[in-house]
Amino acid sequence: MDVLLLSRLQFAAATMFHFLFVPLTLGLSILVAYMETKYVRTGDETYLSMTKFWGKLFLINFALGVVTGITLEFQFGTNWSRYSAYVGDIFGSLLAIEATAAFFLESTFIGVWVFGWNKISKKAHAIVMWLIAGASTLSAIWILIANGWMQHPVGYEIRNGRAELTDFAAVVFNKFGLLEFIHTVSAAYVLSAFFVMGISAYHLLKKQHIDFFTRSFKISLVFGLVFSIFLAINGDMHAVHVTEVQPAKLAAMEAHWETTARAPIHLFAIPDEENERNLIEIGSIPGLLSFLGHHDINAEVTGLKDIPKDERPPVFLTLLAFRTMVGLGTLFPLLMIIGWFLRNRLVESTLYLKVMLFAIPLPYIACEMGWVLAEVGRQPWIVYGLMKTADAVSPIATSQVAVSLVAFILVYGLLGATGFYLITKYAKKGPESAIEN
Amino acid sequence: MALQTIWFFLWGLLWALFFMTDGFDFGIGTLLPFLGKNDDDKRIMLNSMGPLWDGNEVWLITAGGVTFAAFPLVYSVMFSSLYSALMLILFALILRGVALEFRSKVDNPGWRQIWDVCIFVGSFAPALLFGVAFANIFQGLPIDENGLYHGTLFTLLNGYGLLGGLLFLLLFLVHGSLWLSIKTEGDLHERAAWTANKIWWALLVTAVAFLIASKFKTNLYDNYIANPALFFFIALNVLALLGIKLYLVRKAFFKAWFASSLTIVLCTFFGVIGLFPSLFPSNISPEYSLTAYNASSSPLTLKIMLIVVIIFVPVIIAYQAWAYNMFKGKVTKKDLEYEEAY
Ligand code: HDD
Ligand code: HEM
Ligand code: HEM
Repeated sequence: MDVLLLSRLQFAAATMFHFLFVPLTLGLSILVAYMETKYVRTGDETYLSMTKFWGKLFLINFALGVVTGITLEFQFGTNWSRYSAYVGDIFGSLLAIEATAAFFLESTFIGVWVFGWNKISKKAHAIVMWLIAGASTLSAIWILIANGWMQHPVGYEIRNGRAELTDFAAVVFNKFGLLEFIHTVSAAYVLSAFFVMGISAYHLLKKQHIDFFTRSFKISLVFGLVFSIFLAINGDMHAVHVTEVQPAKLAAMEAHWETTARAPIHLFAIPDEENERNLIEIGSIPGLLSFLGHHDINAEVTGLKDIPKDERPPVFLTLLAFRTMVGLGTLFPLLMIIGWFLRNRLVESTLYLKVMLFAIPLPYIACEMGWVLAEVGRQPWIVYGLMKTADAVSPIATSQVAVSLVAFILVYGLLGATGFYLITKYAKKGPESAIEN
Repeated sequence: MALQTIWFFLWGLLWALFFMTDGFDFGIGTLLPFLGKNDDDKRIMLNSMGPLWDGNEVWLITAGGVTFAAFPLVYSVMFSSLYSALMLILFALILRGVALEFRSKVDNPGWRQIWDVCIFVGSFAPALLFGVAFANIFQGLPIDENGLYHGTLFTLLNGYGLLGGLLFLLLFLVHGSLWLSIKTEGDLHERAAWTANKIWWALLVTAVAFLIASKFKTNLYDNYIANPALFFFIALNVLALLGIKLYLVRKAFFKAWFASSLTIVLCTFFGVIGLFPSLFPSNISPEYSLTAYNASSSPLTLKIMLIVVIIFVPVIIAYQAWAYNMFKGKVTKKDLEYEEAY
């Protein structure tokens, strides 16, 4: 194994692990802030214990999000040093802005929120949670602008042997980054809704704390319903933009080899990259790919054969990731709509509750697959069309990266297990002071 | 002043602020097994930094981010050269972070013991390693013309590097025990104050040794000799260090802590001023050194980032000060009953 492969594995492990915690932070912060606001407005103690119960789960998750984020901040330097030197003028400033504008706010106020229950007024305490939610959203904006720039670089010029910033506004308002932001944040809200609904379902199935968990369930149901529909819509907008600026990714997503008009989508396909064809294609729907990419069933779609071999992403993984995500993305609004009709007789709907309990991992899978699609589908480029991943890696000893990769796997494995244990423990325990009924 | 010069000193300032704020957290974490005689003591120690450590740590993220933004070449060469040392620091910080959060979540001595070890290692290792790394930067690293590092992790563990590590560790121990002296009462307070007093002497000796060793091992003094007015900063540094003791003897712990904050900032600036304009000097040839001028971002990026920093850093300092002020006062046994306490 060489430094490149090891570094890719390490980066993939580190970011994917980080992103296990990020979406819940983004979504649950809003739900908790909403619950606390309800408490302040109505004085209803159930909202207070809801704030505390969900807040505790939020905090465990948050801690894991923070510690796994810190390693990422430095990995561009440790593992992708040539990348950092080449694009730091643009990319580095976005990371630095994220830290100054968002992370300070987030981390300072989380301390205030946790330890400040008796130190500031109720109202101020609720505002602090809104600040935390706002700051995490802000951090998502900046990091996704950074990622959007890697997907579709704009506002730069090659000078002095590197990419230098020429138009900051173009970088910030890059459509790719903004679409990623909207899509990722909606995905985060859907994931958080499933999380709250799943845990609520667990307790409702056991017929405990019924009022408490019915309310929690309903709040997140509304949230989840709105955003799961919105997610599919903006995902579709995203796909159109990808077609425009990253034709290779679209072609790989669908294992589409020949450039054709009225390009089909196969519900199921197994690509054979060696021979540039698909071994199996089942359920082909003509024109659908053209429609997905261009919103016109007759449009021409570039095939992989028209893309140089050394500029094609791994087809199978990209295809699998896209299918999984979209499949789940179709399922989620359905689950939410069913929930909407059952919302007033949740406790009797045991089958639905069971489904929702076991659905907790699904949005996690969808999110991870979304990133696999975005990042693997971008290969072999680290900055699309500008720099190849192979040219980006640090000139360092293989052994160093091998050791750190093993350390990552061990430490993250243990952290993941501990985090899972604690979240399950507190989730099962239920609220402390909720009124039994 | 050229933009690059301003950024050079801002870069130094951000690192200094990180050492000043998270420094006492590292000190407390390192002292945990020694000063915490029982679980209550330990929890008081942890809660004394509980609301603040996370915000403090962000100064590190910002220092890293700003290195990337303003001096991308330094970010790239520094962190890939110091790969293993940095990874050790990062893993240590991971352990510390989760340990603080998880420790009190399960009421079981074995569970808590595990996280206590993590807090100790997660505080001790970064304190030492940041010192080792910075001392090595002061003395220069084997970097060739392509920014390739010709050394290993063990190259860093030379005499001067280790002395730097010891200096940082002692600075943070004094800083941490002073913070504890402010925040605690009774027995624990006495022990913390006693520790600060004792370690101060070790710090004094190490600091003097470091100042002398720097004369022989580094070129830091060149800038001072070229511009003797700069010796003022070293004098101020010595005064701040003596000030710690002065206030300690008078039991003015807050003032002593303030003096140790100043000491940490000035110690960092002792090196930063001496380095100028190098950020990452090469000891193979001075031509290969990365400086504020040959490693910086484009003027446009530097300008935009300067605006960002000028707007945000004062705001950050304001709300962090607000948070510090909110959590002033002693942490007592009663505070441990607070349900969200560590
Ligand atoms: C869409 C959102 C998103 C994405 C793609 C990333 N992050 Fe993240 N990050 C967050 C959203 C977020 C957050 C919501 O703000 C976190 C997550 C959990 C948390 O506690 O804050 C966070 C925490 C977090 C922290 C700790 C901040 C603190 O102490 O408060 C750092 C240093 C990073 N991240 C850095 C990164 C880097 C370098 C990434 C790119 C590879 C990255 N994150 C991807
Ligand atoms: C947090 C969500 C993210 C996840 C789960 C994720 C996932 C991945 C995966 C799976 C890879 C490996 C692709 C491969 O090598 O085949 C990768 C690579 C990479 N990604 Fe991401 N990514 C995320 C966010 C980001 C962001 C926000 C950035 C930049 C701001 C980024 C920058 C990179 C870089 C530099 C690489 C390494 C080069 C490469 O292998 O392509 N990633 N990521
Ligand atoms: C329902 C239909 C959906 C469509 C059409 C869709 C479309 C897309 C597309 C085209 C990308 C790739 C963007 C790129 O290359 O950068 C993407 C990425 C992503 N998707 Fe989806 N998606 C859908 C559902 C979902 C769901 C249900 C989730 C999770 C709950 C999800 C989470 C993500 C994430 C996290 C990314 C990576 C970040 C990004 O590029 O925005 N998506 N999606």
